[in-house]
Amino acid sequence: MSSDVRFTDFKSDKQPTWCPGCGDFGTMNGIMKGLAETGNSPDDTFVVAGIGCSGKIGTYLRSYALHGVHGRALPVGTGVKIANPDIEVVVAGGDGDGYSIGAGHFIHAVRRNIDITYVVMDNRIYGLTKGQASPTSREDFETATTPEGPKQPPVNPLALALSAGGSFIAQSFSSNALRHQEIVQKAIEHDGFSLVNTFSPCVTFNDVDTYDYFRDSIVDLDETEHDPTDRDAAKEKILDSEKEYIGVLWEDEDAVDYNTAHGVEGNMADIDESGAPEGATDLVREFY
Amino acid sequence: MHDDLNWAIGGEAGDGIDSTGKVFAQALSRAGRHVFTSKDFASRIRGGYTAYKVRTSVDKVQSVVDRLDVLIALTERTVEENLDELHEGSVIIYDGERTEFSGFEVPEGMVGLDIPLKSLAEDAGGALMRNVVALGAVCEVAEFPIENLDESLRKRFGSKGEKIVENNKEAARLGADYVDEHYADDVGTLDYELETTDNDYVLLNGDEAIGMGAIAAGCKFYSGYPITPATDVMTYLKGRIEEFGGHVVQAEDELSAINMALGAARAGARSMTATSGPGIDLMSETFGLVATSETPLVIADVMRSGPSTGMPTKQEQGDLNMLLYGGHGEIPRFVVAPTTVADCFHKTVEAFNLAEKYQTPVYIAADLSMAVTEETFAPEEFDMDAVEIDRGKVVDEDEISKWQNEKDQFKPHAVTADGVSPRAFPGTEGGVHMSTGLEHDDLGRRTEDTDERIEQVDKRNRKVETAREEEDWSPVEYGDSDADTLVISWGSNEGALVEALDFLEEDGVDVRVLSVPYIFPRPDLSTAVEDAETTIVVECNATGQFADVIEKDVLERVDRINKYNGVRFKADELANDIKEVLA
Ligand SMILES: Cc1ncc(C[n+]2csc(CCOP(=O)(O)OP(=O)(O)O)c2C)c(N)n1
Ligand code: SF4
Repeated sequence: MSSDVRFTDFKSDKQPTWCPGCGDFGTMNGIMKGLAETGNSPDDTFVVAGIGCSGKIGTYLRSYALHGVHGRALPVGTGVKIANPDIEVVVAGGDGDGYSIGAGHFIHAVRRNIDITYVVMDNRIYGLTKGQASPTSREDFETATTPEGPKQPPVNPLALALSAGGSFIAQSFSSNALRHQEIVQKAIEHDGFSLVNTFSPCVTFNDVDTYDYFRDSIVDLDETEHDPTDRDAAKEKILDSEKEYIGVLWEDEDAVDYNTAHGVEGNMADIDESGAPEGATDLVREFY
Repeated sequence: MHDDLNWAIGGEAGDGIDSTGKVFAQALSRAGRHVFTSKDFASRIRGGYTAYKVRTSVDKVQSVVDRLDVLIALTERTVEENLDELHEGSVIIYDGERTEFSGFEVPEGMVGLDIPLKSLAEDAGGALMRNVVALGAVCEVAEFPIENLDESLRKRFGSKGEKIVENNKEAARLGADYVDEHYADDVGTLDYELETTDNDYVLLNGDEAIGMGAIAAGCKFYSGYPITPATDVMTYLKGRIEEFGGHVVQAEDELSAINMALGAARAGARSMTATSGPGIDLMSETFGLVATSETPLVIADVMRSGPSTGMPTKQEQGDLNMLLYGGHGEIPRFVVAPTTVADCFHKTVEAFNLAEKYQTPVYIAADLSMAVTEETFAPEEFDMDAVEIDRGKVVDEDEISKWQNEKDQFKPHAVTADGVSPRAFPGTEGGVHMSTGLEHDDLGRRTEDTDERIEQVDKRNRKVETAREEEDWSPVEYGDSDADTLVISWGSNEGALVEALDFLEEDGVDVRVLSVPYIFPRPDLSTAVEDAETTIVVECNATGQFADVIEKDVLERVDRINKYNGVRFKADELANDIKEVLA
């Protein structure tokens, strides 16, 4: 990793096609800055993107990357990280991508505590498919497919992560640039699975969870007495549906990440090209 | 004197049927005899009829036949289930002390050996060993030196301590002695004598051969989700692949399994997943992504009866259309179909080379009957020294500049004459790029430009054309190459067909057999079909999916033999089927 990496090195030459003012701009900038600040270079970074407006991030960010299918970004990131533990892996996607179609993978990636940073651009709506309810939409949020609102409580991703044994749970707001970058940096530095649920307002389809709404409602944990190593305090805040907290809610610094727990090390890309690996003949012997 | 024996143990699931069968199969194999095993099993863990069948001969055996010479029946139902395979002179070993056998009558013409299996096992140290008592009895019946069991018993029970091994040996001897004491005359008339030889064989099944092939090919990453009959691939790899620097992940579902494997492959690992039909369904969406992002990936489909959950423990070759055409849009791919257990090893090694040379997904079309069948082979058939590794166009830092545009951007989807682009693993300086399931330009960036779209589609499809020319897709030929009758088969039917040739020869029917291990691309069979008077395509499905493909290729109608009752072809039955078509 080179130390003179600047965040602009993580910018591709494609101009984002996000709507002007979309929260995803700020979320992405924070990821790029966070990566650069933590000493990563595009050559040693792999970004996996989901599907949705949010998933376009893989195109605008410059690194080794894969833009996959809807909801499956976390397993791809898991495969990359196991195959080459030296690569910094960031997975980014939307609330629909991560908490609806990919909800199962989310829980299991958390459980595995695979060392990747998962940034969810939570706009509480489906953007790319033009404004349907998402799993984080409010109960009474009216859309074309839910004219009377979904009539079901929104998913609480932080609570899901906590209950699944998450080792780093944070929330962020794309518009608070410095704070967002700082939270992402901490997530990257954490050894294990890090969730950063990032409020990234959709200015086109969501007129409820707007910049103004978040600006007025957000409570920054740094301005409270919150201790992120206190699980009970984290639980209390995570289950508090009245407030929108940002900051690191919970970090278990003692958690052992997947690769460490399984003794996975070394780059699996390195294989002996001269033939079957040494000792393979003994495999045949086992069948006597 | 008979040297061939068809032997089975049957009872309820949970009775230790499999492990008992395996002990005997291994003993035979270690004694230098050929063995071919098959399993009848139901999809339940306890209860339900299950049987393990062993066919053995000094000559090569590679299929099942409609004949059972010795049956250990742990339940009365076992006899009923196998009645049509039992024949005059068949031996049935049962425990008359068990209540369910109290009114049991040995079918006419057969030899019943009523042995107190449980009491004898208790004498040896525990009722659990009743199956081993029965094994001892079989040794006596078949005149197979009982010492041959000892090593297999040690292999099976060694981890439980020497005492248990000794008890089991004793149990086997009690079984043999009992037969000698009470039934010497009956058994004497049967005239079996299983000869032992100095031949050196290994005994393994298709799933194990696929797993061993993967390690041999340098595969380091495997992710899978349990499903019958593919689970054994994962079970085999777990605990072994780690020794070679690899890792196995039991994923949360098949969607995850294939995506993890995809991620590992993008990171540069040789990577694989295996599943069965229902899992292939779930993987389809990502299959397209694998192809479009030009990621090398090996996916084994160990087929079972479908559709839907179908018959999970029964044989079928019903997924062919899915493997050939599955996934939305048009997806370049390879489909290889191993024809024997040993071929599972070779095709897996080959699959990794094809995947990396052409940067495409490769399906291995295996099936239940080959996956769970243990068969003996000379160890040379799994020749590790012959394994070749071809990683294709992997580029390093130095080479990358040749593949960059004027802005130093790497072109992972560069349009080339052979359709294959350079591949840079993460961590390689200057190789930074994105891949996507969206249509993209040569840099990997999304595009809807009409010309670029066509360029990329053609480029990806060109790989298949290149492979058609560069690789050898020949079928394997058996029988009489001048025969008027051509029989075409794919996958695991080969063994039965080869043995059917003997039956046909006895009746003066000459047949040319082409066993096809490559479905896509596949050999050009048009000349062979033109030369033949009758062409018959043999497959384990109802509609003749491969026959359809052949007809499309050769523009001529072919005859079909289809079996879809869940049981693999038997050699004698197949010979009759062929005669019927010709009649
Ligand atoms: C299997 C599948 N189903 C549906 C879609 C259509 N689709 C594309 S994006 C999307 C929703 C994305 O919502 P979210 O993840 O919240 O991202 P946003 O666009 O809001 O950033 C859907 C349903 C798809 N691409 N694939
Ligand atoms: S639709 Fe919404 S989420 Fe999508 S780019 Fe526009 S503002 Fe952003």
